Amino acid sequence: MSDTTHPQPATGPPAPAEPVVTAEVAAQHGMTAEEFDRMRAMLGRDPTFTELGIFSVQWSEHCSYKSSRVHLKRLPTRGPQVIEGPGENAGVVDIGDGLCAVFKIESHNHPSFVEPHQGAATGVGGILRDIFTMGARPIAVLDSLRFGPIGEGSGVPAAVTARNRRILDGVIGGISFYGNCFGVPTVGGEIRFERGYSGNPLVNVLALGIARRDGLFLAKARGDGNPVVYVGARTGRDGIHGASLLASAEFSEQSQQKRPNVQVADPFMEKLLLEACLEAMASGAVLGIQDMGAAGLTCSTSEMAAHGGTGIEIDLRLVPRRESGMTPYEIMLSESQERMLLVCDRGREAELTGIFRKWGLEAMEIGRVTGDGLMRVLDGGRTVAEIPARPLCDEGPVYARPIAPPAPAASERLAEFGLEGETLTPALERVLASPDVASKRWVWEQYDHMVRTNTVVGPGRGDAAVLRVKETGRGLALSTDGNGRWCRLDPFTGAMHAVAEAARNVAASGARPMAATNCLNFGNPEKPGVMWQFSRAIDGIAEACNALRTPITGGNVSFYNETLGEPIDPTPVIGILGLLDDASAALGMSFRAEGHRIVLLDGAGPDGSGAVDRGRLAREFSSSEYARTVLELASGAPPAIDLAAENRLIDGLVALASARLAVSAHDLSDGGLAVALAECSFGTEGLAPQVECSGNLPVEAALFGERGARALVTVEAARLARLLELAAQYGIAAYVLGRVGRGDFRLAYNGHEAVRAPVARLEDLWSNAIERVLTASLPVAG
Amino acid sequence: MKFGVVVFPGSNCDHDAHHAIGKILDQPVDFIWHQSENLDGLDAVVLPGGFSYGDYLRTGAIARFSPVMRAVERFARRGGLVLGICNGFQILLEAGLLPGAMLRNRGLRFVCRHVWVRVETAATPFTAAARPGQVLRIPIAHSDGNYTADPETLAELERDERIVFRYVTPDGRRDESANPNGSAADVAGIVNREGNVLGLMPHPERAVEALMGSTDGLVIFRSMVQSLIRQPQVTA
Repeated sequence: MSDTTHPQPATGPPAPAEPVVTAEVAAQHGMTAEEFDRMRAMLGRDPTFTELGIFSVQWSEHCSYKSSRVHLKRLPTRGPQVIEGPGENAGVVDIGDGLCAVFKIESHNHPSFVEPHQGAATGVGGILRDIFTMGARPIAVLDSLRFGPIGEGSGVPAAVTARNRRILDGVIGGISFYGNCFGVPTVGGEIRFERGYSGNPLVNVLALGIARRDGLFLAKARGDGNPVVYVGARTGRDGIHGASLLASAEFSEQSQQKRPNVQVADPFMEKLLLEACLEAMASGAVLGIQDMGAAGLTCSTSEMAAHGGTGIEIDLRLVPRRESGMTPYEIMLSESQERMLLVCDRGREAELTGIFRKWGLEAMEIGRVTGDGLMRVLDGGRTVAEIPARPLCDEGPVYARPIAPPAPAASERLAEFGLEGETLTPALERVLASPDVASKRWVWEQYDHMVRTNTVVGPGRGDAAVLRVKETGRGLALSTDGNGRWCRLDPFTGAMHAVAEAARNVAASGARPMAATNCLNFGNPEKPGVMWQFSRAIDGIAEACNALRTPITGGNVSFYNETLGEPIDPTPVIGILGLLDDASAALGMSFRAEGHRIVLLDGAGPDGSGAVDRGRLAREFSSSEYARTVLELASGAPPAIDLAAENRLIDGLVALASARLAVSAHDLSDGGLAVALAECSFGTEGLAPQVECSGNLPVEAALFGERGARALVTVEAARLARLLELAAQYGIAAYVLGRVGRGDFRLAYNGHEAVRAPVARLEDLWSNAIERVLTASLPVAG
Repeated sequence: MKFGVVVFPGSNCDHDAHHAIGKILDQPVDFIWHQSENLDGLDAVVLPGGFSYGDYLRTGAIARFSPVMRAVERFARRGGLVLGICNGFQILLEAGLLPGAMLRNRGLRFVCRHVWVRVETAATPFTAAARPGQVLRIPIAHSDGNYTADPETLAELERDERIVFRYVTPDGRRDESANPNGSAADVAGIVNREGNVLGLMPHPERAVEALMGSTDGLVIFRSMVQSLIRQPQVTA
């Protein structure tokens, strides 16, 4: 037993005895023997059961970043535009006129598998609280989602396909339910389907808010004696160990039994909390504020004290509860949603309480800021936990886990070329109808993407979502991207592509990319192969973010994305924020009018297409969407990336939009030139590309290759010369491919007609593919 | 002339309506808190979209009992203009200021997209500035917009030209495919007998700036302004 007097005094009424803490009990909490010893050394005694709970969540992978921290240090996080970088609830960048953008992406993967609707909904709720905790009003949400295959014949059993459909339906429903009710537009994101996500879908949610630069709030407890106030929903038993057990361990066959660990969402409560918190913050009565997300009261109290260099004492008897008989352990670890902890300026308690009461919310003073640096938890008169706050938060375990590259792949099947002269129309049709490329209209029509009336470019309309800033008329553009298949083949290059694609998308909308946020979804970090993927991906992100001047301002790491020992494809998802001086200069992707010229911009410059290395070309083409859909291959390597070329293209796109020379822009990505041309013609009431191009590549690679640093723009014929001139100034090659016509989609290569089809037919395939796949019946499982 | 935009707990299109009226139409406008029973000095009241009281129980079912709704009823009885948008329409139905009820959308899903609605009559203060038959492109965003009423009520609405907006194709034809939620008689908006209370599912406040993709919603607000100029309210 402990040789100290703490925390033993039992002056309050007797409480049920807590279990005795042993190394075995600690192991059940996911703590290793070393972590157990570290905890005891930090306390100088044995922990109480409540303290063990606090340490186990605070030092969980999810909360402590113990496996990732040593690698995350390599990410660039600074820049003149960055006001707050990683470490705060969200990143903050300067967008001029005294305003700043507050944004972050976060995962809610495991809960969304266990209970898709609530898991996804609380994922949205959690990231929204991160934004308004900083004093910002949320103005947009984007979702980056990954699911297992939903179509018949995807190589997975029918029962798995059916489950994937249910997960998709539940996740979309949960996001829609939460965002729509809360009143934030869900404006974009991306969805991909791959086998590896069948047992482990990814739900990454990015939220963006706007705050006055002088109205930012940080999660710091300041001022000895200031009241600590609990606001929002009451505390229940939901979500206990959501962070430590759900988010920090692999899945087994019993994972569905973890449903009680998933939290329950109430977007109406969150909406009230938003309005009340913003009003309270504007009143000046709030000195510090932190949401109760992962690990609830535990993280919020300890982190506010640690960041403020103070201590916090709270009494659990004062915590509003919705269930009786909760133990201190349960109250401290509950992840009930829609709760906030704030520090009030002493003497202004009544004012603060009045604001929350106006919004129908409880505000309960549950403790005070202290000067002793301790997180002290009382249960009536009894001390149930007393832990030095800063060491708990900042001196947790950090691991440099073993890293090992995978064994070199055995010889793999690669794409073969040789279709010169043949029609590629059926191939284009197949690629357009593949769920990854097809329109996600079925999804985004379930999201209110217009509420708040700032959506200039909404889902499906452009490469990035563009929001207008009402106060200044400027625009904010956002895109999320990540290609797990490419990262599996080469995590370094794949991660660079995620950054480059997000930045390119933002630039195609006319905005200058300014900062990034990342959500790093990987398997079990205790496996050296997974850790190697992680480390290489970090190197790739760092290199690309440095080159493209988009520092990482925050984000989240999600490890243990494995079920039955099978890790997901490594999936770093990058969100990039860009700024437009004038929101009305934003560009969508659609063709605008007949007769406009179609120009392909290539950041690699006029020398970009030199001698063709056929071997390399075959390897790179084997990882394309065409290879996956048409050739049923996913091998080789992602296309080589040229960050200098990406930079030139980005600068050029921004200049062309700002000069109002380009009237539409769309980057080349999944499905290459052919798919990009098709997408530009959809939703235009009959406009169609009439394009002839030539080159020294095999026709499939020319039309469907996915090399980066390229984009299609259209321009009025009379302004073509000016556009070409400007492109040349930026060192970009500009190829005039043809014109916007009507009727048939026509694409010829080296004098042969490669694709010809009515746009209406292509659009039907693309536009309705997801609904068709979802309503197609599956064979009864045998 | 002055507009009021009611703020219920859970309203989330209140700022948008305020922006449309105050910034785009440049008309005086105030927020009205749901606990207020005072609408003095107002000529028109907007019940905005959102999820009042979380739409728990049933859309609009709790909001109708809020103090402000007693005032809105009195205001409407005295002839004040009341515009209920989306959730506001649902509240007007629950409050009995308009007949009928809402069911879940035909597809059982939330639907957000631009739709086309036809102005069926210009003989209301909400459409006076429009042409009968004019087709407006305005967004919808709801799960419960499937308007229903008993056959007598529908016949009466039809006969008295109180169906003000109908879902149509872009060229103005009625067609099942143009109706996004399955509403009876393709109803998108109706007016009360006296003609001063309008409820509609589409969001005209989202269609007042070209930058947002449409300005077709302006005609509804302009009609209200024009009607009020012609026939000023006697304030309560």
